[in-house]
Amino acid sequence: MQISGAEILVRSLQEEGVEFVFGYPGGAVLEIYDAIFRQQQFKHVLVRHEQAAVHAADAYSRSSNKVGVALVTSGPGATNAVTGIATAYMDSIPMVVISGQVSTPAIGMDAFQEVDMVGITRPCVKHNFLVKDINELAPTIKKAFYIAASGRPGPVVVDIPKDVTQRLAEFHYPESVSIRSYVPVTRGHPGQIKKAVNLLAEAKRPYIYVGGGAVQGNASAEVTELVKMLGVPCTNTLMGLGAYPGQDQQFLGMLGMHGTYEANMAMQYCDVLIAVGARFDDRVISVPSHFLSQPKKIVHIDVDPSSIAKRVKVDVPIVGDVKHVLRDMIDLLKQTGQQVPQQHLANWWKQIEEWRSYNSLLYTPSTEFIKPQYVVQKLYEITGGDAIITSDVGQHQMWAAQYYPFKRPKQWLNSGGLGTMGFGLPAAIGAQLANPDAQVACITGEGSIQMNIQELSTAKQYHTPVKVIALNNRYLGMVRQWQEFFYGTRYSESYMDALPDFVKIAEAYGHVGIKVENPADVEPVLREAFSPALKERLVFLDFRTDQSENVFPMIQNGKGLDQMDLPPHMRDLQIAPFENNRDYGNMC
Amino acid sequence: MRHILSILLENEAGALSRVVGLFSARAYNIDSLTVSTTEDPTLSRMTIVTHGSDEVIEQITKQLNKLIEVVKVIDLNESDHIEREMMLIKVRATGKDREEMKRMADIFRGRIIDVTEKTYTIELTGTSDKLNAFIEAIDRSVILETVRTGASGIGRGERILKI
Ligand SMILES: Cc1cc2nc3c(=O)[nH]c(=O)nc-3n(C[C@H](O)[C@H](O)[C@H](O)COP(=O)(O)OP(=O)(O)OC[C@H]3O[C@@H](n4cnc5c(N)ncnc54)[C@H](O)[C@@H]3O)c2cc1C
Ligand SMILES: Cc1ncc(C[n+]2csc(CCOP(=O)(O)OP(=O)(O)O)c2C)c(N)n1
Ligand SMILES: [Mg+2]
Repeated sequence: MQISGAEILVRSLQEEGVEFVFGYPGGAVLEIYDAIFRQQQFKHVLVRHEQAAVHAADAYSRSSNKVGVALVTSGPGATNAVTGIATAYMDSIPMVVISGQVSTPAIGMDAFQEVDMVGITRPCVKHNFLVKDINELAPTIKKAFYIAASGRPGPVVVDIPKDVTQRLAEFHYPESVSIRSYVPVTRGHPGQIKKAVNLLAEAKRPYIYVGGGAVQGNASAEVTELVKMLGVPCTNTLMGLGAYPGQDQQFLGMLGMHGTYEANMAMQYCDVLIAVGARFDDRVISVPSHFLSQPKKIVHIDVDPSSIAKRVKVDVPIVGDVKHVLRDMIDLLKQTGQQVPQQHLANWWKQIEEWRSYNSLLYTPSTEFIKPQYVVQKLYEITGGDAIITSDVGQHQMWAAQYYPFKRPKQWLNSGGLGTMGFGLPAAIGAQLANPDAQVACITGEGSIQMNIQELSTAKQYHTPVKVIALNNRYLGMVRQWQEFFYGTRYSESYMDALPDFVKIAEAYGHVGIKVENPADVEPVLREAFSPALKERLVFLDFRTDQSENVFPMIQNGKGLDQMDLPPHMRDLQIAPFENNRDYGNMC
Repeated sequence: MRHILSILLENEAGALSRVVGLFSARAYNIDSLTVSTTEDPTLSRMTIVTHGSDEVIEQITKQLNKLIEVVKVIDLNESDHIEREMMLIKVRATGKDREEMKRMADIFRGRIIDVTEKTYTIELTGTSDKLNAFIEAIDRSVILETVRTGASGIGRGERILKI
């Protein structure tokens, strides 16, 4: 039986086991919306702006093992989606975005709501397709899901002209897909794995640096096993948080621009570094030449060969899927009984404990102002450290990363690579739909939340009871911090004048809003928000936080990992410079 | 350093723009680019001449391989290879220049493929260097027009780029 292209699309999505499609209708996709109307298998989530559809689909992926799907119309719908697509691309998130296109004969005619979606998104997708032939539609959807989720994951755009959705054809969904020009590697080269293990067996100051690839690659168990069996220190990037349990003694915290003192010092002074699904980002290692000025051997495990040797030359590249490569490394270690030399390791830990003892995340408590760090710490306590946390971009994002020690992967969802303000709320909605029983909180700023605040309406419609934790400092805080440090406190356009009454906004959308101005109220209000009485409600907590608070430690542009700007309490300390072969005696 | 990359890619709409887009997005250099289908109509073969440090060339190769439609990439510089480029050059050929131009074309093993009272059009094939040398060797002021194909390359002997 012949069915329409729109029906073929819908059937294909059903074949892929899609649960939710996040989207927004328009002329070019009306046929598709009609086919959606006539089916029950998946649910459509009507957002209030296409950017939000894409962020929600992205977070649906980030917080599950499924591929999120977004659907937008041609022209402005498509361009509105671009920020969301680029966000997912930078963080290697699997996703399929379907965009409507004008009918094939109209393509190139400057038709109403025509944009070259394939052209616009080319630099920010893993791959994209324009489907001109209805017989190619089902195979293309199959390919799109396969490409999005395999290898280094990423977003795939499928642009479908309106006439293709209207034409008729038989529906056959391919059972499997193979693309001769696309064959991702999974197993690492055994010779390279052996070299890596041998390096560890000679290491004096080993360090495991784990990134988003371990989260995406579901390799948290392997990471933890390896770190535990070796007894070595471990750090996570912003994207890797949760890949290793945040409360564990062997965890040194996040590293990088706003990483802990110990995590950054260890990164600079380790002698054998195992990089696991992490890409030596400029916000992590800062200046490559300074990072490498302290000699170290580097093993780099990554599924994407182009991530390897992009910013730093490495000694042992291992192309493969983290889960497989780590499993092979663990097996080899067990088989050979090789270990990290214990005496050196003990010394290394002494050095690390000394660095850790300075407590670089210490902040000055206040009974007058609400400290943003305190809010995050209380949130951690009250949610038992179990909530899925989304965030926006700015100081609040860094405080969330620093003060909520994530227990498990896929618990922390944020835009790291693109740094997209406006990600947090739609992401929380997507994550809540993917994890209906989880507590989901969005840590945001009064600047960021306003970039997609209209999604409070979507949250109402779909009963996603996320808790919005606004750390409202009345500033574009991260911008203000840079202006304080680098632009002589000239706060150019970083003060948010005429802020709305967020409590009223929340209420207007049908939610609960609470303003918190007193530090003593932080805990009780958080308890109330997470109490059974408000379990089914979206609660918007407007915390008026200390306006002058800054994020520390901080590595300024051009500075090295061991050249952090430190929090006030560490500035006058006499910290001994790192010394190779130092005798630590019996300290610690 | 100058490198010649040989790329086998799916003969699909949009594949070429992905390659070109990659070079501009990542600020890589393209000195020349040629592309055409192969004996297998589903495949195109592209030759890109580029230059950059070893690290940059390594990244270019990896990024090209990452494109879904790219089947294979080789850097011809890694072993013996042959490179050819074709140029059509139209020159003013009058008076005593006419004889001189014919002589130069012969020296460079070029062929005069179109003749008018005042002009010659010469077809010249060789490495890009040879074509450059020809342009250097003749009087600039007589050149009316040049068209070059850009280099294509192929490995010597048994070295074959195929799927
Ligand atoms: C305001 C702000 C401040 C920031 N400060 C910091 C900071 O202090 N510290 C910090 O770390 N970041 C910080 N970032 C984030 C930073 O910009 C980068 O996004 C982040 O560091 C990249 O993380 P990653 O190296 O883990 O790589 P990701 O972007 O997560 O990339 C993952 C890597 O793993 C690979 N991979 C994916 N799947 C697999 C698999 N299955 N097997 C093997 N490999 C795989 C990919 O190819 C890729 O190379 C900040 C961002 C913002 C917006
Ligand atoms: C879409 C977008 N525009 C601009 C920026 C630049 N930017 C980064 S952080 C920031 C300030 C964020 O302010 P707010 O949400 O209030 O968070 P705070 O830093 O105050 O915690 C800005 C403007 C960005 N990351 N994203
Ligand atoms: Mg703010």
